[in-house]
Amino acid sequence: MRKEFSQSVEQLAREDESIIFITGDLGYNALENLKEVMGPRFINAGVAEQNMIGVAAGLAYKGYKVFCYSIAPFVVYRCLEQFRNDVCFHNLPVFLVGNGGGYGYGIMGSTHHAIEDLAVLSGMQHTTAWIPGFADEVDPVLREIVNRGKPAYLRLGAGKHTPEGSYQSGSFKVLHHDTEAEITIIALGPVANNALAALPQIGAPANVLSVLSLPLLMTPEISSILQKANHILVAEEHISIGGVAQQLSVQLLENNIAVQSFRSLHAAGYPDKTYGSQSYHQKQSFLDTTGIVQNAADLISTI
Amino acid sequence: MKEYTHTNYQELSGQLRLKVIGLYHQANAGHIGSALSCIDCMIAVLFLNKGENDTFILSKGHAAAALYASLNFLGEISDEQLETYYKDGTTLPAHPAPGHYKGIPFATGSLGHGLPVSTGIAQALKLKNEEGYAYVLMSDGETNEGTTWEAMHYAVSNKLDNLIIVIDRNRLQGFGRTTEVLGNTAHVATYQSMGLDVVQADGHNIGELNTIIHQLKEKKNGKPKVIVAETIKGKGISYMEDRLEWHYLPMSPEQYATAVKEITDHYLTTAVIPS
Repeated sequence: MRKEFSQSVEQLAREDESIIFITGDLGYNALENLKEVMGPRFINAGVAEQNMIGVAAGLAYKGYKVFCYSIAPFVVYRCLEQFRNDVCFHNLPVFLVGNGGGYGYGIMGSTHHAIEDLAVLSGMQHTTAWIPGFADEVDPVLREIVNRGKPAYLRLGAGKHTPEGSYQSGSFKVLHHDTEAEITIIALGPVANNALAALPQIGAPANVLSVLSLPLLMTPEISSILQKANHILVAEEHISIGGVAQQLSVQLLENNIAVQSFRSLHAAGYPDKTYGSQSYHQKQSFLDTTGIVQNAADLISTI
Repeated sequence: MKEYTHTNYQELSGQLRLKVIGLYHQANAGHIGSALSCIDCMIAVLFLNKGENDTFILSKGHAAAALYASLNFLGEISDEQLETYYKDGTTLPAHPAPGHYKGIPFATGSLGHGLPVSTGIAQALKLKNEEGYAYVLMSDGETNEGTTWEAMHYAVSNKLDNLIIVIDRNRLQGFGRTTEVLGNTAHVATYQSMGLDVVQADGHNIGELNTIIHQLKEKKNGKPKVIVAETIKGKGISYMEDRLEWHYLPMSPEQYATAVKEITDHYLTTAVIPS
């Protein structure tokens, strides 16, 4: 999604003089276009993320809309207090962009993963976290972030194209709706690609929803889907605490939606202290296609 | 904010000190020493230099009472608002809160935040080709924070000569003397070697501070400015001066009476009853 991201920011920066882009010394072979087009509005803050966010808050206070870019863990954890105190408390238009959320940086290792980012950021004052699941979602999400002009976090991953006929409802995107479905698979961002691939192998009709933004915003329409197909399987490349499954469970309880079964597939961390590609870690966490198929079938068979 | 052209700096300093200790007395609160060490620097910036397009961030947010008293004096915080200091429902908590007063653009209290934010403001002024200065008041203990070093290098690299950093160097920090903790992290030569334009000053000589700030503002030399202001924690109250415990302690009624008398005797030509 990084290519779509840089193209979209380039276009936005052409349209809006108030947009500033700060990178934490990353972007080789990816952001050169922004450097070229944005001139002094493209800033390399060096390897100093805390200052980067503080500076962004100062710029935003003076009327700029500021993107702060790095690899996801570096723009989330190191400078968390700067984001909370300087940005969120003041409801300023500073937008964190984390490339390679979840296990996206694979074999680079745990320092380069961000599997607790949404738990941390989706609870911040005034803040929305965005998790596009498909490459074509990046541009509309970016436009939404800029238009809202409030603190935001964009978690970039890898995804294909949104399926035909998908539509958004609250935080959700309905990717596949089957009126005969007994089970609803709810996937966070790019994991939706695995869920869609799993769909024909489950052996029963199923709904597939993706979650595009957090905190989770329910709608009557989504409630209705979940009431009808009320075996719920959540798949998220994020720890179970503070992620989609936990946020969803509160919503289900508050909305009196009774479920027949509920299972959370989530980032398992590093269960045997081994490391590998993103798909290796997905497999360990049952977030790959096979894991989703097996767990979905298992849920339905427990009727 | 009304313009203040008081030239009897000592009188002003005394009146603000009385207001500050009055607030602490009423709230039965601590951080008195920290407020008294930086109040003269604050006068030099807020009363004598800050222009319409300038910002001032009190990065050492624990000295908020000094800021509140100053903004009250300047007419931005009303007496009624000041009366709520430290009380339930106030907009004036122990550390500055966001979103209420133009003179408090950012919430502070966690150290090491004001400098990066002020750096961003200074850069925004440059990008917009606007005149103006971003002032930030830090404590010397605060310069332990890594953001000091990140932001200073950034400001030098981006030639932000409209950034004016005032460091209240009272040589005491949370749990010891600065020399006993991390050493002197508010060191003139260190900052100079990094490319900042540094001046050392008597942080209780408002006239001198004012002159220095005037001079620094005129220097369009591409260098961010630092004033290392040599101060005394608890300045003006003999039993508080240069003592660590007055970072924390509230005053007893007797101590308060002594403090009022000492400040009145030393600073004021005419007796003023503190509010």
